[in-house]
Amino acid sequence: MVKLNFDENKCLACETRDCLTKCQYLDMDAEEAGAEMEKIIAGKDSRVLHECRTCYACEEYCPMGNHPFYLIVQRQEELNIPPLPEPIIKQGVQLGIPFRGDPEIEEIGGRVLNMGVFSPLTHLARGKLFEGLTLMSTDSRKMHHFFCQLMYLHFARTSVINERLPAVIDTILAYKPTEVVHFHDECYGAYTSYAPAFGIEVPFKSIHLFEHLYHRLLELKDQIRPLNYKVAYQRPCSSRLSPDGHAYVDKIFDLVGVKHVEREYVDENALCCGSTILSQRQEGSRRYCLELQKKNIADMKQAGAELCIFNCPACMQTIGKQVAENGIMPIWMSDLCRMAIGEKPD
Amino acid sequence: MDSIYKALVDIVGEDYVSNQKEELFTYSKDLGTSEPQWPNYVAAPKTADEVSRIVKLANEQNVAVVPLGGGMSLAGLALPLKGGIEMDLKRMDRILELNVKDRYVLLEAGTSQGKLTAYLHRHAPNLMHSEPGAPPAATIGGNLAIHGQGDLGHPYGFNSDMINGLEVVLPTGEICRFGSCALGNDWYTMHPLPDVSLFMGWSGSTGIITKVSLRLFPCKKINEQDIFLLEDEELVPEVLYELTHVGMAEDMMVVSQEIPPPFNRLHYVMVNIAGDTRDELEFKRQLMFDGKLAEYIKDGRGGIGAAGMDIERPVISKTSDWRKGGGFEYVGAIVPVTSYPQCYRHGVEVSARHGIPYTTLGRVLGTGHSMMFSWTFAFNRADEDTVRHSREALHETDEAVLKMGGTLWKPAVFGQKLVMKQMDEGTLQVMKKVKHMLDPNGIMNPGNWEVA
Repeated sequence: MVKLNFDENKCLACETRDCLTKCQYLDMDAEEAGAEMEKIIAGKDSRVLHECRTCYACEEYCPMGNHPFYLIVQRQEELNIPPLPEPIIKQGVQLGIPFRGDPEIEEIGGRVLNMGVFSPLTHLARGKLFEGLTLMSTDSRKMHHFFCQLMYLHFARTSVINERLPAVIDTILAYKPTEVVHFHDECYGAYTSYAPAFGIEVPFKSIHLFEHLYHRLLELKDQIRPLNYKVAYQRPCSSRLSPDGHAYVDKIFDLVGVKHVEREYVDENALCCGSTILSQRQEGSRRYCLELQKKNIADMKQAGAELCIFNCPACMQTIGKQVAENGIMPIWMSDLCRMAIGEKPD
Repeated sequence: MDSIYKALVDIVGEDYVSNQKEELFTYSKDLGTSEPQWPNYVAAPKTADEVSRIVKLANEQNVAVVPLGGGMSLAGLALPLKGGIEMDLKRMDRILELNVKDRYVLLEAGTSQGKLTAYLHRHAPNLMHSEPGAPPAATIGGNLAIHGQGDLGHPYGFNSDMINGLEVVLPTGEICRFGSCALGNDWYTMHPLPDVSLFMGWSGSTGIITKVSLRLFPCKKINEQDIFLLEDEELVPEVLYELTHVGMAEDMMVVSQEIPPPFNRLHYVMVNIAGDTRDELEFKRQLMFDGKLAEYIKDGRGGIGAAGMDIERPVISKTSDWRKGGGFEYVGAIVPVTSYPQCYRHGVEVSARHGIPYTTLGRVLGTGHSMMFSWTFAFNRADEDTVRHSREALHETDEAVLKMGGTLWKPAVFGQKLVMKQMDEGTLQVMKKVKHMLDPNGIMNPGNWEVA
């Protein structure tokens, strides 16, 4: 039975209401936050359901280890308050439908790398850092079989995730992996946060890409030459589901000899790339998204960043060009690590 | 030795003529569903004078001449239906004059679209021509001969409305010029002399275009594509009406296709915009999305699918990949924009009936004055049954277009006959007189636009 494991009592007992009071997009004090959360828990309409930007951050803000974001999204679906226009939701839901045959699966019996739906980006997973990892989902025609579906949180469609995720887990399991390194935060979050929260069994061990990169860099430490760049990091929304993976960002930066610039919109206070906000139904979302992006990039610039490090393909696609136009080089985390050991990214 | 072959060798040189089967084979094929048609000779002239001499030879010998550009029409329009000489014009590809200040380029008609685009990028990056969705090997002359459209279709209409002058070799061999160049002036305008240019839309059956003065238009520094998504096809015409009202786009297309799934039963309104600065682009976006389309977003009927993407032409040839053996052909029609819903539904219905994933595309022409709508049907070249299904779907669509009040664009012979059957008798007689006057021996691309 797939059911959100949300502890109402914990939530009602919360004094800080960090989930909503820390939200960067809702202006709310603790009293109002409490009242709105009570409505949401009771399955009633709340302004939160209409104004949520679906940035995932409240999952991280919650001091009780509860799942406020999953609850909000579930209620949006139940009460038919879609954050996005219907054609965008339909497009997104159809995006995850496999249509070019089944993948050819061979038992690996070792560590595997899961590119998720991003198998066209396998060039990012080359070189010494990825030695010993067997790539699954290398065929871009079959990538949807590995799509973790978590994107549908932005679409208020937990029903789609719950319906499809078990089959994706079965596909990965068929490789008989001992451990699965997930290239994308979204996949890692799906198997280590979302699935447990909904009682979906995940019978394999998941490892965040950054954890893998960090340990490989340690093994190759004698080959590291400090890069000496000043860098900013564009934290993706799904990283909010895996603060343990995010903790490796600064550890990696230290190892490869780059300075993580001090800025306002960093770590818990990071700003969304705007990818989903652009299309939302709330009035003025497009311009709001632009303002957000400008604010984010201006902050990187002001902090003196020379590079902006990305791990999420959606973030890269959404603001990579703007970042570059502002004189900051967008670069993938895996490429940064490869450069540090003297490899030339593809 | 064959006397026609020898005469062709005298005209173009031995390297540029052939009557060998292995070379004729290539010219017997079309990329669409047409059956192969074999020429007796292929000749590749370099100059208008050589073209003229070949045409005169054809008249003397009473053999057909079929001009060939890039061979990309898919409708078999350059197949030698009655044998004869296939005249490959791709050697006539010199760019003769670039006039930046007066915004035109004079070139030989065999110049490919890709070559012109590359040339302009290098020599006049602030100018562009309206490049069609065809592969870059499509030629300028071939596109004009079929009334093609391109990526400036919204502001400026058909590509054949973007010419400042023409040089044509008539079916009897005379070389004529039209426009200001006919007075010995520069090639800066087609109008206002009496209109005697009778070569567009005839698929090369009234003459061979050898030189073209093509209008060039401002090419802004930043070119991007935004996408507006709709689910209800009935909303497409009104959204296009709103978008064309603000006139901010360079090109507007609407794509819907069964594969890949994100396109299925959805309508991607692809809006290409350009600006010299980010502010200019943002101004245009505000007028379109924050003004005209805001209500659709708010009530959830439409949404911004993407913004600021690099421009990618919808490549309908990709649909040939939906089956093994990659083949495709499409019916194109010029229809009122308000016909979009009906056209789309026909595409879904006829494709399903023939077991083909549907693919439809509409491109706005002018300020919403009309739309080029295409229905693409994929087939497996190695499977005659799928070819037959595609052919039948094409023919049924030709018929449906006319029933819907549409006008077939670059129709194959089957469609040409349907058009002429429905055509006003007076118009038909004028076509007949024009054809007979210009081509008394009926040697020029025979089988096309033949009025009974």
